[in-house]
Amino acid sequence: MQWEIVIGLETHAQLSTRSKIFSGAATAFGAAPNVQACAVDIALPGVLPVLNGAAVEKAIRFGLAVGGQVSRRSVFARKNYFYPDLPKGYQISQYELPIVVGGSIAIRVGDAEKTVRLTRAHLEEDAGKSLHEDFHGMTGIDLNRAGTPLLEIVSEPDLRSASEAVAYAKALHSLVRWIGICDGNMQEGSFRCDANVSVRPKGSDTLGTRCEIKNLNSFRFLEHAINFEARRQIEILEDGGRIELETRLYDPDRDETRSMRSKEEAHDYRYFPDPDLLPLEVSEAWIEEVRRSLPELPEAKRARYVAEYGLPAYDAAMLTASQEMAVFFEDTLKHLPGEPKLVANWLMGELSAWLNRSGLELAASPIRPAQLAGLLARVKDLTLSGKMAKEVFEAMMAGEGEADAIIAARGLKQISDTGAIEKIVDEVLAANPKSVEEFRAGKENAFNSLVGQVMKATRGKANPQQVNEILKRKLGG
Amino acid sequence: MALSLEDVHRIAYLARIAVQDAEARQVLGQLQGIFGLIEEMQAVDTAGIAPMAHAQDVTQRLREDRVAETDQHPLFQSVAPQVEAGLYLVPKVIE
Amino acid sequence: MLNASLKELAARLSAGKLSSVDLTGEFLKRIKALNPRLNAFITVDEAASLAEARAADALRAAGRATPLTGIPIAWKDIFCTRGWLTTCGSKILSNFVSPYDAHVVERLKAAGTVSLGKTNMDEFAMGSSNETSFYGPVKNPWDERAVPGGSSGGSAAAVAARLAPAATGTDTGGSIRQPAALCGISGIKPTYGVVSRYGMIAFASSLDQGGPMAKSAEDLAWLLNAMAGFDQRDSTSLNREPEDDGRDLERPLTGLRIGLPREYFAEGLAADVAKAVDVAIAECRKLGATTVEVSLPKTRLSVPAYYVLAPAEASSNLARFDGVRYGYRAPRYSDLMDMYRKTRAEGFGAEVKRRILIGTYVLSHGYYDAYYLQAQKLRRLIADDFRKAFEACDVIMGPTSPTTAFNLGERTADPVQMYLSDIYTIAVNLAGLPGMSIPCGFGDKGRPVGLQIVGNYFAEAKMLNVAHRYQKATDWHLRLPPNI
Repeated sequence: MQWEIVIGLETHAQLSTRSKIFSGAATAFGAAPNVQACAVDIALPGVLPVLNGAAVEKAIRFGLAVGGQVSRRSVFARKNYFYPDLPKGYQISQYELPIVVGGSIAIRVGDAEKTVRLTRAHLEEDAGKSLHEDFHGMTGIDLNRAGTPLLEIVSEPDLRSASEAVAYAKALHSLVRWIGICDGNMQEGSFRCDANVSVRPKGSDTLGTRCEIKNLNSFRFLEHAINFEARRQIEILEDGGRIELETRLYDPDRDETRSMRSKEEAHDYRYFPDPDLLPLEVSEAWIEEVRRSLPELPEAKRARYVAEYGLPAYDAAMLTASQEMAVFFEDTLKHLPGEPKLVANWLMGELSAWLNRSGLELAASPIRPAQLAGLLARVKDLTLSGKMAKEVFEAMMAGEGEADAIIAARGLKQISDTGAIEKIVDEVLAANPKSVEEFRAGKENAFNSLVGQVMKATRGKANPQQVNEILKRKLGG
Repeated sequence: MALSLEDVHRIAYLARIAVQDAEARQVLGQLQGIFGLIEEMQAVDTAGIAPMAHAQDVTQRLREDRVAETDQHPLFQSVAPQVEAGLYLVPKVIE
Repeated sequence: MLNASLKELAARLSAGKLSSVDLTGEFLKRIKALNPRLNAFITVDEAASLAEARAADALRAAGRATPLTGIPIAWKDIFCTRGWLTTCGSKILSNFVSPYDAHVVERLKAAGTVSLGKTNMDEFAMGSSNETSFYGPVKNPWDERAVPGGSSGGSAAAVAARLAPAATGTDTGGSIRQPAALCGISGIKPTYGVVSRYGMIAFASSLDQGGPMAKSAEDLAWLLNAMAGFDQRDSTSLNREPEDDGRDLERPLTGLRIGLPREYFAEGLAADVAKAVDVAIAECRKLGATTVEVSLPKTRLSVPAYYVLAPAEASSNLARFDGVRYGYRAPRYSDLMDMYRKTRAEGFGAEVKRRILIGTYVLSHGYYDAYYLQAQKLRRLIADDFRKAFEACDVIMGPTSPTTAFNLGERTADPVQMYLSDIYTIAVNLAGLPGMSIPCGFGDKGRPVGLQIVGNYFAEAKMLNVAHRYQKATDWHLRLPPNI
């Protein structure tokens, strides 16, 4: 039987506020245990929550960026359960009336484009952390993270493969950073995914029983976990078994998912509106103010790159995969107007490849847009051949300075002076009568050998195009 | 609707309160009496009435995003049952 | 000095005829002598109180005193007080020394009041008799066989026995008014949102409201002015212009329309209470007020609605008492689950557990609409009843409690009977209105009767005005319990 995988993602994005969602404690990562857990965060008797306006503003930004509906009125509810890293015995979340309803994210897998619908996005507080290193057989609780604002973004079950799920997660990851609501640091847990995975016979339109996989804090884990989980479910079904609705944990060390026994017990969260918080109202004026402050969004940018710069759709998509990339592209282009394709090629080609090899993000690139433009200007005015440009680029990345300085220091200036090249060509022709004869006898290879001789004589600095033209002219007579 | 002994055990478990069987039976009797009183509500037709969650019809005030708290964990942890290295200790959590 | 009003005490302090240290010492002496009998205080710390008194005297000497500087008051043990044991009447907080002050404590401290100690109360304010306290019941100073009412029973008994000039209380379903009535003192629960709940240990967040308990309406006005005010740490705190709730104290009652709810004078009201309340209302008429019958048809239904909403909120509010970060932890357990379940089973008393179970049940899957939502809809109807009633009157009057103080142990076996003793007070909390109780005579057994005054939203000044004029014409509030 042919199976279809059906996936929906629940993504928790930590909102990059200075203080927590319901208290004035700092949210900075990496502090010593419990030093950023204030009276409200540790749920001392008598303390109360007050909502952080910046968390709401960021949720509105998201709602507008995905074309969702920003609720004019939303309500905070309590989700009741006991867990040592949940100090109040309930998590403040949004249940019946979330701040964002609907919206969508466009993804690309290979050449195919797809729109993934969002169900909702709601504000909630993060829990603390349980540290399982051994404290005499006990667990240590650090509540620094408790109360960090989260936006939980829930997709519809629109994804059909692990690669689509990864493309969606990457697009979402890029978007939340793009609009400045989340730092996207996955190692620090700022952006985490849970995947709801089910399988069904291809062609069926009913959903199979799903399993929720937790702890997917990298795109690679997400992909592996979904693939493992889909295989597991298909095997069970093909053996005539049934899928149990359950929460499973991805174990990256073993590359498998396993049932979370502690979560197996029947949950009854007893949601009810939090009486300590009042209904959240968002005015039309506020929504408009946030709308005006939004940067140009990836999709709009992509369309503009095609229309305004005449870039191929593929290039436009690559250049808008992250805001850093788009900004780098546009800044470089500012220094080198009229050369979008040249800039695009270098950015997507040499620079990206170099950064990949070095394991660096674009933000950590040793050269900035002005420097890249400096190099490309010399390509454009034919000072550098492609090969020479790559050499200069490597030198720039190694920290040797600006393109022009490197060109001067290494004497890399391309010879584009027709007279000078003609003189060298004449010398080469005179010194290689055999090759000339062979060429005239119809041997094309001989021509390449002559080009090689000219380049050798100029130590690679002659403009190859001009060498070709001049040689052809002289030989063809 | 009649509350059963099983219900008492279920909600006591949800509320993380240990109850022995004899105690549960006694609690059941009391809760049935209280729910007898509570059931009086069901006679009222409330169709079309908006639930009232708050005494005042006001909306949530927003806090400025500012760090206003300083580290007080030594003071807070001075009343904690068990701490080590700044962490609250609990019996091992199994995931 | 026992009957001296706060105004008189302030005048003597201000004139230098009395120091706070002497005044505080006097009350500490009374506490030492009488508290063993009454059990009104859970915590007394003479050294700490006297240190505060010395600081108050120093403040006065430095010319930085406010009218309340140096006045000692007692705190219901539900208010977090930095450096003081704050138990909420529970074993689960029996070792909790609060690391911070409640907003109200900060305000009164800033005004210069001195803490006399922490008063006994029903555990987590759940009770109407003070018998659910882990620290044992409080005795009613008028008759030590009787309960003082609850949940602010310790505060009420302390003021009645003149162990403190005034005290604080909290009121979720009558917990200031009912013990004030049963102990023959005055108490006011302000409009919901007027007094910050920050640092007041939550029972039912949407109903809880702190307020003062004292000998007279005038004293209440003094204290309420200091307690009330916007607090940015409480989202439900109302950001209103500060007002002087004592501004209308002396205004004559001429033309005042008093609404008498039919349902408050119906079956279930003890004859002796009815008689005393009738006489009090007649006195108000003599003072120039007129009376009009109003109807609050959902009065009886406020009890079941309350016993859904309050336990539901409480079941969640009390989830934080889990033995992890503070408070009691069971000494023996096998694993985390066992630690939770034993800590909470051993740490909470029977009434609190009962209410947690009720709340857990009504919120649990499949029951939410039938119970919680239905109760919230009833709450709306109850608030509407009051809105309509206030179209015909300025204040509502009636009994605070259907009976005078009952005997210790009399109702402990029957929670439903106990719950119904709050029938006249609960609806006020559901509507979020201000309510108060003042003494208006005695019942057959010589136990005090309370007159309840309910005002419209933010009508505290008017209610205090009515109470003050009544107290100027009567002396019930100045009577002292016989053996005290």
